[in-house]
Amino acid sequence: MRFNPEVGSPGPDGLPNEEQPKWRRDFPIDWPRDEYVGRRDFAKFMVLTSLAFAVGQVWIVVQNFFRSRSGAAPIRAIARVSDLPVGGWRLFNYPQTDHHAILVRLAEDRFVAYDQQCTHLLCPVVAQPERGRLHCPCHNGNFDLETGRVLSGPPPRPLARIRLEIRGGVLYATGVEERAA
Amino acid sequence: MPVPERLEFFIDPNRCIGCNACVQACAECDTHRGYSMIQLDYIDREESTQTVPIICMHCDTPTCAEVCPADAIKRTGDGVVQSARKPRCIACNNCVLACPFGIPKMNSGMNLMMKCDLCYDRTSVGKKPMCASVCPSQALFYGTRAEVERLRPLSRPTNAFQFGAQRITTQVNMMVPVDAPVEHVDVTSAIFEPTVGLSDAGDDSLLSGLFMEEGGA
Repeated sequence: MRFNPEVGSPGPDGLPNEEQPKWRRDFPIDWPRDEYVGRRDFAKFMVLTSLAFAVGQVWIVVQNFFRSRSGAAPIRAIARVSDLPVGGWRLFNYPQTDHHAILVRLAEDRFVAYDQQCTHLLCPVVAQPERGRLHCPCHNGNFDLETGRVLSGPPPRPLARIRLEIRGGVLYATGVEERAA
Repeated sequence: MPVPERLEFFIDPNRCIGCNACVQACAECDTHRGYSMIQLDYIDREESTQTVPIICMHCDTPTCAEVCPADAIKRTGDGVVQSARKPRCIACNNCVLACPFGIPKMNSGMNLMMKCDLCYDRTSVGKKPMCASVCPSQALFYGTRAEVERLRPLSRPTNAFQFGAQRITTQVNMMVPVDAPVEHVDVTSAIFEPTVGLSDAGDDSLLSGLFMEEGGA
């Protein structure tokens, strides 16, 4: 009896392959039988894969629907106008509570706020109102206090600006403006 | 174009002179350089110098592959049981312990079972395996059945082996005397070594040589 790779050898119990348990038929020793893919298996694979892709698309749509409602920055009161003298600055958390931002009072009725993370390597910046700039001590980066644009140093982009609104003597943060270089 | 006749491996222990050329040639192979996959066993060293070379017999129902939990030992379409697939082998030693002929060896340094694959890089393109190409007495012979019948009129090939209750047929043939009334080679009685006074000697002789030493080149 010569070896036939298409049929494969009988199991150790001597029974032919059709009568072997499923685990043995699923993992045949012979490569030709291992690599054989039936038309039915192939069709099943294609249908299930396509179905998975379709379900994935629906899932993305559903996620987008909820993200557009939850992703907007909140409107939050951050300080009273009277808390801060002209030329003074303070830190606050916005938009998340673990995200630091910096608020500076430039004049009687002019406030600016920026994300405190330097756009270079995310060090916290400090305000130097007397020199008209925001300073990052890590690599000596400087940003313009009025606009947040880079004055000098390694930062590649302006600081993210936080929109402010004054309503009845209270400062509200209403959004974040990410800006490209 | 004439279809070449099927080439087969024939082991003739009668002709083995114990020169170790096959062991050296096997270790020369680039696919497992430094590690010999062939065993040259002394039958009974106290009594005789007779040796027998054992290569993988490439069973029709390979026990090593049957016991492999990782599906690492596969057989190609021409009936050659390949060495363990490196990405799959989990170094569990099942094959080492299960093989009736004691062929698989665990390379503990690489965590990989390695065994004779009949020099698949050579035999798949019609060349002789390394061991058969160097054997000076042709105890290891690779050729057609007609050739071996012409060259060995006093022997006949058999490929049936009995290992306890398990009957094994193999791709590799063992030469037996032509007039011997043997239907199969009884492996169990061939490997049985009587334990003289030592109760645990049987265990030792069964387990010795199962492991390749790391960097055994």
